[in-house]
Amino acid sequence: MTKQEPDGAQSSGEAIAVEPTVTDLPGHQLVLGEADPLLLASGQMLGPFTVAYQTYGSLNDDRSNAILVCHALTGDQYVAETHPVTGKDGWWGTIVGAGRTIDTDQYFVICINVLGGCMGTAGPKDIDPRTGEPFGLKFPGITITDMVAAQKRVIEHLGITKLFAVIGGSMGAMQALEWASRYPEMVFCAIPIAGAARHSAQNIAFHEVGRQAIMADPNWCGGAYYDQDVDPERGLAVARMAAHITYLSDSALHRKFGRNLQDRQEITFGFDADFQIESYLRHQGRSFVERFDANSYLYITRAMDYFDLAAEHDGLLPTAFEGSPVRFCLVSFTSDWLFPTAESRQIVHALNAVAAAVSFVEIETDSGHDAFLLEEPEFFRILSGFLSGAADQYARTSIEASA
Amino acid sequence: MNRQETTGTARIRVDQKLIADMVTPGSRLIDVGCGDGVLLDLLVRERHVDGRGIELSQEGVNTCVARGLAVVQGDAETDLHNYPDDAFDFALLSQTLPAIFDVKGVLQELLRIGRCAVVSFPNFGYWRVRSDLLFRGRSPISDNLPNAWYESPNIRFFTLTDFMDLLAELDLTAQQIVTIDRRGHAQSRSEIGHWTNLLTEQAIFLIGRN
Repeated sequence: MTKQEPDGAQSSGEAIAVEPTVTDLPGHQLVLGEADPLLLASGQMLGPFTVAYQTYGSLNDDRSNAILVCHALTGDQYVAETHPVTGKDGWWGTIVGAGRTIDTDQYFVICINVLGGCMGTAGPKDIDPRTGEPFGLKFPGITITDMVAAQKRVIEHLGITKLFAVIGGSMGAMQALEWASRYPEMVFCAIPIAGAARHSAQNIAFHEVGRQAIMADPNWCGGAYYDQDVDPERGLAVARMAAHITYLSDSALHRKFGRNLQDRQEITFGFDADFQIESYLRHQGRSFVERFDANSYLYITRAMDYFDLAAEHDGLLPTAFEGSPVRFCLVSFTSDWLFPTAESRQIVHALNAVAAAVSFVEIETDSGHDAFLLEEPEFFRILSGFLSGAADQYARTSIEASA
Repeated sequence: MNRQETTGTARIRVDQKLIADMVTPGSRLIDVGCGDGVLLDLLVRERHVDGRGIELSQEGVNTCVARGLAVVQGDAETDLHNYPDDAFDFALLSQTLPAIFDVKGVLQELLRIGRCAVVSFPNFGYWRVRSDLLFRGRSPISDNLPNAWYESPNIRFFTLTDFMDLLAELDLTAQQIVTIDRRGHAQSRSEIGHWTNLLTEQAIFLIGRN
């Protein structure tokens, strides 16, 4: 990939406009890039386009208590409330909320649906005003850099010049790293959890399996399925099932399901869901398609595949953090084989090489990559300690700056 | 003998207080083998240093980070090379040197990444250690050396005089030496004589490059 300066550069071609999605989803929507389109890493210009976000808590008078939570591949802005589509609890309701680790009585928490997403932010299911049809695969390719550039505009719109913290797991960790690397003056501390500075070959391979499953679904129709009665649900469900395995661990699967049979005493010598694990995966696949757009899945997995922070800096990861004032806290989980500890450690070594302030913990758990979404008391304890320590330091630096 | 005093929930040892006195307020430092972060926490809170830590045990690291300290899991013997030259004003090695295999290498690394090194260690030349061996015929166990020989992390047994010889060999200078006797009484010294080696339970060296 060639290095592209996102955002703010001069437009060469005509900007791609995205018709605003009208939704009755809770939260906020903001139209960006009307006067000043966003230059994407692909070289295309985007604007105007809509970004949907949700906030919790309130911004204090000196606008110093903002925490940006970055969601993962299939997450969205509904961090800490009942999900408007599924009716389930917010994906990080265990961490974000009044009196919780990220205390919304103390912090103003923002979560923004990523570019290319399907919960109110511009994505492939939105209308292309040039044709009056949904974009489908005509939607421009998106990168993590583009997502973060769009988020930066939302943060600026909110009148926030410096985020106290940027935090995220998995793809959210990629965004947190990108924020810290590209806009270090806007970030006091960054907390990339279960992340990596680049998507590994194995992870690209898994994503490709998911994409092929979607594209092999006859209902996918080259991405132009929006005016049909049927969506590529089977393909998307298979993509989700395959991906879901990578979020767990062998021992967690064994602990939860073992070789237990599903609602039966005997094996059937057929291809029904004999085993509990099969039934569980099928359920995961089915419930996912209710809330997620197949083309969004293609675009966002691609954005993760393209992520390589070192490549943007002539192959040298430390250069991405040279002179960084950001305080980092990296977290990995022992049984996470999708974003293993070695990936986090590589980032830590790069940060050490530029003598950046970095904390790094590995949490013992058998829950795999999904651990960052689960009840992990040790993880909560550490996150809470890091945040309160950083809050003290932030208060001190603000006092020194104003003195 | 009461060599420990209580501050908040963390117990600060006399050697840790003396190390804090050696460190310039507001400086950048790294505590190598920072354990559960008591010293680093003291330095950050009271000396307002920009402090980092490396700790081998994951349990220690987790406790440090939960205290709000910038600590990473790592090994003094293998991970110091990641840091650039002159990254810190001070590189601390508190009570960790006896557990180091490559003593020379680690000392040299400390003085590459730090402009100064502060090294504290128990003195095996202390008379009680000698008498344990001489009269009891047993490996010493004391407040400073609390573990039985078979479970002690210490693999290097050296005296104050041994350490002075090593500094000379490495062409390093002890800018300040503080010795601590069994009553926790500290004294600054310019050289180490026979009696000092005999009466000192532990020592702290501020080491500079030549």
